[in-house]
Amino acid sequence: MNTTPRLVEVRRNALKQNDLLARALRDRFREAGVRVVSLVSSPGAGKTTLLEKTLSAARRWRVAAMVGDLATENDAARLARTGAPVKQIITGAVCHLDAAMIERALEGWNLDELDLLFIENVGNLVCPASYDLGEELRLVLLSVTEGEDKPLKYPTIFNTADVAVITKIDLAGAVEFDRDVARENIQRARPGMPIIELSAKTGEGMEAWLRFLQLRTAD
Amino acid sequence: MHELSIAISIIEGATEEARRHGDVKVNAVRLKLGALSGVSKDALLFSYALACEGTALEGSRLDIEEIPVMAFCPRCEIERAPASIQWLSCPVCGAPTPQVAQGKEIEIAALEIIE
Repeated sequence: MNTTPRLVEVRRNALKQNDLLARALRDRFREAGVRVVSLVSSPGAGKTTLLEKTLSAARRWRVAAMVGDLATENDAARLARTGAPVKQIITGAVCHLDAAMIERALEGWNLDELDLLFIENVGNLVCPASYDLGEELRLVLLSVTEGEDKPLKYPTIFNTADVAVITKIDLAGAVEFDRDVARENIQRARPGMPIIELSAKTGEGMEAWLRFLQLRTAD
Repeated sequence: MHELSIAISIIEGATEEARRHGDVKVNAVRLKLGALSGVSKDALLFSYALACEGTALEGSRLDIEEIPVMAFCPRCEIERAPASIQWLSCPVCGAPTPQVAQGKEIEIAALEIIE
């Protein structure tokens, strides 16, 4: 046995398995004509509330949702009240969704019967950044109560997103949220990213959000 | 902390790659880790040592090469290191630089093996 170490080149993405699976999922979604939108944010930014209102309002599409949570089924129960098909993905101790979890959650669903699928990630602005879920559009949510500097604190996840949604905009005045600074910070972390401001509670900005969704999901 | 998940993926990937070279022992895994990968180097090193226990890679080193971000400046038409990872803009002309050319990788670059 030769004990001199030898260096062999590999050049392999460490998340190759996840990326391959995500690519296969993306192909499946495309073939079935399903547009897939994922949501990431810190806990409490309003992902589930935005989804509740969106599922109820988006009657022109056949919509469904998958929602990731560490331990509870509360979010799925909330979303199921909209009448849309909903699946809870309980991750246990895992702080993010991955492509294999999405693939398993798809079992029993006929994708041909869907137009739009939302995937709500676990509330976390760090870990979900590394995992491709096969989605077409990744939304990052930032609520006004979190402060304008979130994009500077979590540049990686903002950089992986396609759209930024500023939520709870009805509270902007109360918490002295500076919209211009927030928008500037988002643009620094991800130049050119579209930004939508809304309040799922009051309905402000919801029409613009649904219009955006329609434009981005139209073929 | 998702570094444990990443560490497990690295071990699985390295084990698979090592197998191509027959019955070898992996001394070290050389990893390229981008500044915009969202992975903490220290947390990854800690997780790697834990995750290696009981696997074929037990006792192996994880050598991490940190990769800075490079982004393409559309105005200067050249890749440069942006102002910071929070501010993707050209340090020379100030133009926004959304096209990240380097710095997102979590890549197993090479294996140090003993045959």
